[in-house]
Amino acid sequence: MSALLDVRDLTAGYGGLTVLHGVSFAIQPGAITALLGANGAGKTSTLRAICGVIARKGAIELDGRAIQTARTEAIARLGVAQVPDGRGTFQALSVEENLQMGAMTRRDRAGIADDIEKYYSLFPRLKERRQQQAGTLSGGEQQMLAIARAMMLRPKLLLLDEPSFGLAPKITLQIFDTLAELRRTSGTAMLVVEQNANLALEIADHAYVLETGRIVMGGSAADIMADESIRASYLGY
Amino acid sequence: MDFFVSQILSGVASGTIYACLALAVVMIYQAIHHLNFAQGEMAVFSTYLAWQMLQWGLPYWAVFVLAIALSFALGWLLQMVVMRPFRDAPMLSNIVVFIALFTIFNSLSGFIWGHDIKTFPSPFGSGPFIESLRVSRHQAGMMAVSAVILLLLWGFFRLTRLGLALRGAANNPASASLVGVSVMTMTSLGWGMASAIGAVSGLLVAPIVFLEPNMMLSILVYAFAGAVVGGLTSPGGAVLGGFIVGIVETLVGTYIPVIGAELKLPIALALIIAVLLFQPAGLFGKRTIQRL
Repeated sequence: MSALLDVRDLTAGYGGLTVLHGVSFAIQPGAITALLGANGAGKTSTLRAICGVIARKGAIELDGRAIQTARTEAIARLGVAQVPDGRGTFQALSVEENLQMGAMTRRDRAGIADDIEKYYSLFPRLKERRQQQAGTLSGGEQQMLAIARAMMLRPKLLLLDEPSFGLAPKITLQIFDTLAELRRTSGTAMLVVEQNANLALEIADHAYVLETGRIVMGGSAADIMADESIRASYLGY
Repeated sequence: MDFFVSQILSGVASGTIYACLALAVVMIYQAIHHLNFAQGEMAVFSTYLAWQMLQWGLPYWAVFVLAIALSFALGWLLQMVVMRPFRDAPMLSNIVVFIALFTIFNSLSGFIWGHDIKTFPSPFGSGPFIESLRVSRHQAGMMAVSAVILLLLWGFFRLTRLGLALRGAANNPASASLVGVSVMTMTSLGWGMASAIGAVSGLLVAPIVFLEPNMMLSILVYAFAGAVVGGLTSPGGAVLGGFIVGIVETLVGTYIPVIGAELKLPIALALIIAVLLFQPAGLFGKRTIQRL
């Protein structure tokens, strides 16, 4: 099986500061891949580099197609959605308008309406608040909205940056359950960046560990979870 | 009583012009978070283009549509060629660019068409529309055209996908590009539309104030006042703010003898200061509500 996303020797940074030093990894179609590491390891930068939000060098192939020079909006049109750092909801727009924004690359009106209803039944809280300004939602509701908005693109690949950020443990568990269910029902491949390694490894098939801009470990999620030394040196639990 | 009503109506009539220009200002403000000082001079330039086409003998409504289309293209071009390199520049650089644009358009109008005052025809004819209320045919037509334009814009922003994409790109550019919206195209579209709306205000006001390169100077101050009163983040508020400024200006000029016609302009500035002091986000502006 060939990889959905193949990243080879990716270098990226902010202005003169390089934060990724030759990162290579692959994401299989329909799989959940966890990208783990401490604060400042380069997890968020990796997501930003894939989507062309920051300057990058190296090879990034989506379905065999080179995207390392494509613009952010073009990569979205190729089927890569992202729940960015800080969730990235459109605060001034209503919940429903946020979902419609997520489907901006699509032309099938009926399909879009169906999908909106689908995510309303998955997240009933969002349906209750459909006309409310997104900025007024609670943290958990905003995270649900961010995930639903990203899924509205019907992505081949969903990139998630710290879905647990700022959420109560109970809500975090719900979010991760939902992600596992979404993968099962839609077959969307996911790359989950997470500081809470234990949580991410529970739903992931594969995992990579980043340290100061380099991949130091990669393998099946089960192997990484079982390896005491990795847990102690890189994941800190 | 009739006199009071007629004063209100006259205020609403000038308010329509301020409302249109205020809306143009707010559209650009939402897209790039800067006030476009050159908005009025761009509108004057558009009005001169229309005047030129009328001189060539084209019918009024064809000229009206052509002037709007040309102004749209001009706004789009300005964003792509002049403003784009400054998108990440500090505020002062942007202000300097706007002042430069102001001077360039002002001088260009004077250079091409001269500084003499020109009459500009009204498509609605002269004479009264409602005699007892002293509403002229042009004032009535002006209100009707503005109402149609404002309604169309409301529909565009609320009911179309492109309108939603524009609002989303203004609200959160980073997320907009992540869902596949080209923020640069949206910004250019915003400039084009603002420039087109400015052209409408110029064409509508020219029959009243006569056409000359500085025609829009005081009107832009009123429009800024309207935009600030209504809130720079609220297109609907800016429109309402424009009407409020128009009505206040007329009533104060009529009923407070000391002020009269001479001191009407400072009223607009006093309004800006008063609103900024007591309601910094404007009457209808959204203070961005955020929970983390």
